[in-house]
Amino acid sequence: MSIRKIVTTLATVIVVLSMATAAFSADVTLLNVSYDPTRELYSDFNSDFARYWQKKTGQKVTIKQSHGGSGKQARAVIDGLEADVVTLALAYDIDAIAEKGLVKPGWQKELPHNSSPYTSTIVFLVRKGNLKKIKNWDDLVKPGVAVITPNPKTSGGARWNYLAAWAFALHQPGGNDAKAKEFVAKLFKNVPVLDSGARGSTNTFVQRGLGDVLLAWENEAFLAINELGPDKFDVVTPSESILAEPPVTVIDKVADRRGTRTVAEAYLNYLYSDEGQKIAAKHYYRPINPRITTRLAKVKLYRIDDKAFGGWQKAQKTHFADGGTFDQIYAPGK
Amino acid sequence: MRLFKKHNNVLPGFGPTLGITLFYLSIIVLIPLSALVFNAAGMTWEEFLSAVTAPRVLASYKVTFGAAMIAAMINSFFGVLVAWVLVRYRFPGRRLVDALVDLPFALPTAVAGITLATIYSPNGWVGSYLEPLGIKVAFTPLGIVLAMTFIGLPFVVRTVQPVIEEIDVELEEAAVCLGASRRQTLQRVVFPLLLPSILTGFALSFARAVGEYGSIIFIAGNMPMVSEITPLLIITKLEQFDYRGATAIACVMLLTSFLMLMVINLLQKWSRRFTE
Amino acid sequence: MPASLPIPKKEKERAQSEPDAVRWLLITVALVFLALFLLLPLAAVFSQAFEKGLSVYLNALKEPDTLSSIKLTLVTAAVAVPLNLFFGVTAAWAIAKFTFPGKNLLITLIDLPFSVSPVISGLIYVLIFGLQGWTGPWLQDHDIKIVFAVPGIILATIFVTFPFVARELIPLMEAQGKEEEEAAMVLGATGLQTFFRVTLPNIRWGIIYGVILCNARAMGEFGAVSVVSGHIRGMTNTVPLHVEILYNEYNYTAAFAVASLLAFLALITLGVKTLAEWKVQLQLENK
Repeated sequence: MSIRKIVTTLATVIVVLSMATAAFSADVTLLNVSYDPTRELYSDFNSDFARYWQKKTGQKVTIKQSHGGSGKQARAVIDGLEADVVTLALAYDIDAIAEKGLVKPGWQKELPHNSSPYTSTIVFLVRKGNLKKIKNWDDLVKPGVAVITPNPKTSGGARWNYLAAWAFALHQPGGNDAKAKEFVAKLFKNVPVLDSGARGSTNTFVQRGLGDVLLAWENEAFLAINELGPDKFDVVTPSESILAEPPVTVIDKVADRRGTRTVAEAYLNYLYSDEGQKIAAKHYYRPINPRITTRLAKVKLYRIDDKAFGGWQKAQKTHFADGGTFDQIYAPGK
Repeated sequence: MRLFKKHNNVLPGFGPTLGITLFYLSIIVLIPLSALVFNAAGMTWEEFLSAVTAPRVLASYKVTFGAAMIAAMINSFFGVLVAWVLVRYRFPGRRLVDALVDLPFALPTAVAGITLATIYSPNGWVGSYLEPLGIKVAFTPLGIVLAMTFIGLPFVVRTVQPVIEEIDVELEEAAVCLGASRRQTLQRVVFPLLLPSILTGFALSFARAVGEYGSIIFIAGNMPMVSEITPLLIITKLEQFDYRGATAIACVMLLTSFLMLMVINLLQKWSRRFTE
Repeated sequence: MPASLPIPKKEKERAQSEPDAVRWLLITVALVFLALFLLLPLAAVFSQAFEKGLSVYLNALKEPDTLSSIKLTLVTAAVAVPLNLFFGVTAAWAIAKFTFPGKNLLITLIDLPFSVSPVISGLIYVLIFGLQGWTGPWLQDHDIKIVFAVPGIILATIFVTFPFVARELIPLMEAQGKEEEEAAMVLGATGLQTFFRVTLPNIRWGIIYGVILCNARAMGEFGAVSVVSGHIRGMTNTVPLHVEILYNEYNYTAAFAVASLLAFLALITLGVKTLAEWKVQLQLENK
């Protein structure tokens, strides 16, 4: 192999690469950086929006998707992944992006309903027949029940799981922070595997056959049943849970620089339209528009903004930062 | 060799080749790695120390280095055995087996992790037989050892194999002539010859195992204090937007791998002197 | 046992080998170990890939996102491997043919990417080229994308596969010494002539072996690439990343089908490598 040959190969590759990029820039493209469980929702929604947008403006829009753990995705955007919009699992992650100046402060007031076009909650997925008779949160701390959840330190969904259990214990008769902490600690003693993401946990529960119950996003639980066989699993909705509000926002810096603000805003607004809400409902999210029917059971839902948690910034600090209540569960000598 | 050292080397190209090597090395390896050190240097010494010696971090060192040590020992034992069998014995399919040894080099780590988890989980091909015996592999520290053994195996085989091939059979014959039993021959003649290469293979497989991430997270269970490896903690720190803490732990790992490799290279130098 | 010469044939055999029973025991143990650790995972990949039949398998491979991930992986390897080949040969020449202070340190530094955790290998590029990194803002002003785009993936791959060719060639060239090259120079050949006519034929198979391993690793790297990829479907997903995505979409058959491509690659790699070794052996025997 001569040097000349290497140089020619390199040159060819560079030319091919630049041609490939040139071909892409002919259309308007949006990049939606999202978290794991929304893959199916957005691949459905994107094609619907593209149709709507072309009909309305004549412009052809291609939406690229990127999925991963919510925190990891936020970090990628902070480090320069050029997302026009983000649709993440929790406001805390978008706050982190806003902190770096990529999103204007007060972003959560830009769109209706805390910028969350759909909500969800945490439910249980159990094996068919529910042999361990798991009905509610207090069944999870019984000895001999194996609970599967991802690690709250690395997974946004797991943080909702954790807080839902906390809220349940707190609202029991005579409940207080100390009792809630004890309850959650007992629950995590029953966890044999901590995967780093929600999808990892589902795979552990479904593919590896580990655990009696999976704590999951409501939409994930139903998706798992649809994808992997209704004859194998059941969804159990507990009497109370937490209201998860996955927020969306335009990344101002990127959208302004790329000149995609109009279409990016239209994209997010379309999530609030009847069509958008119907698609969300179809994928087992809870639509915020009360006129859109949903198949999901009514649950008493606590909110992250309740006095018990005081919003994401405070909850993160109390529970999930280094040395927080979650770390204390696994502190040595316990 | 000695003779030429004193004279000027007649071969050309030392300047340019060394120049290119250093340049490329700086761009690809040194400057990027220095970013790590600079990032961690933003911390005070106390912050750094508390970041790298937190109980969970210490536990992860124990898990990572402990499992890597066990895996490297398993690999040293079976690696030497496999190398010996491949070089000394003839049996059908030997070439095929020989080629197969490199598989962990070539198979992507994520695929390896998913596959190992599939096989060794309680409902897997092997795991379902181990489960009734009370042996749990996947999602326990044992799973970490398993994944590390998988990725580290070729290193021992491939470092020991050429040395066995080189062993002068006459040495063994001489030993027998002098009245040594086969066992004695192996113990006193063959083993000392192999020792440097076994150590090198051990160190290489250890060094590789310590840094491994992709295949382990799928099978480890990732329980804090029990089966959480150090690279996963780096990721965890990053998820909390704690870049400094992440780079601090990364620096510790980097230093460890550098020292390991330094030892390996000295070992190789020593072994070359030993065999020549 | 009396020491006498010449050694009877039976004695001689005993000197070099173990009794039959021991020999077969060792072979069995070695094979069982390899079967458990190597063959079984390989078999598992293929059995899951073909679980739902050939047509499902082929359809999984024809999917546009899969094709684009294959393309990206090929492009990445096409850039990373030649660069590392060039570097490997240069470094091996400097290190094997000359003595200089700090040589051991240099070899250790070349080895370093080999044992650096892939997580770290990806992170360092984010620290440099990321928006919050050293050059990030400047790059953005000039609209140059490195991390979360193809160049970042290529850089991370180069880092990870950096030592393979050099590591393969250095011991080989050291063992071969430099007498042949010196003779050529004395006879009046230029430096490049000496390299291409004398050195290159000697290290040809070493180069091939190094390139094969480098290529396999380049196509299979997961950890480092995952950190710098951005995971944009159809754009910045390499084959190993795409396997993970499919797996996370509960699309197990497709995940293993794509993974089987990489396993095939591994097998082809091993085949070519065995051929290469066999040729070296022939070359040596003919000498």
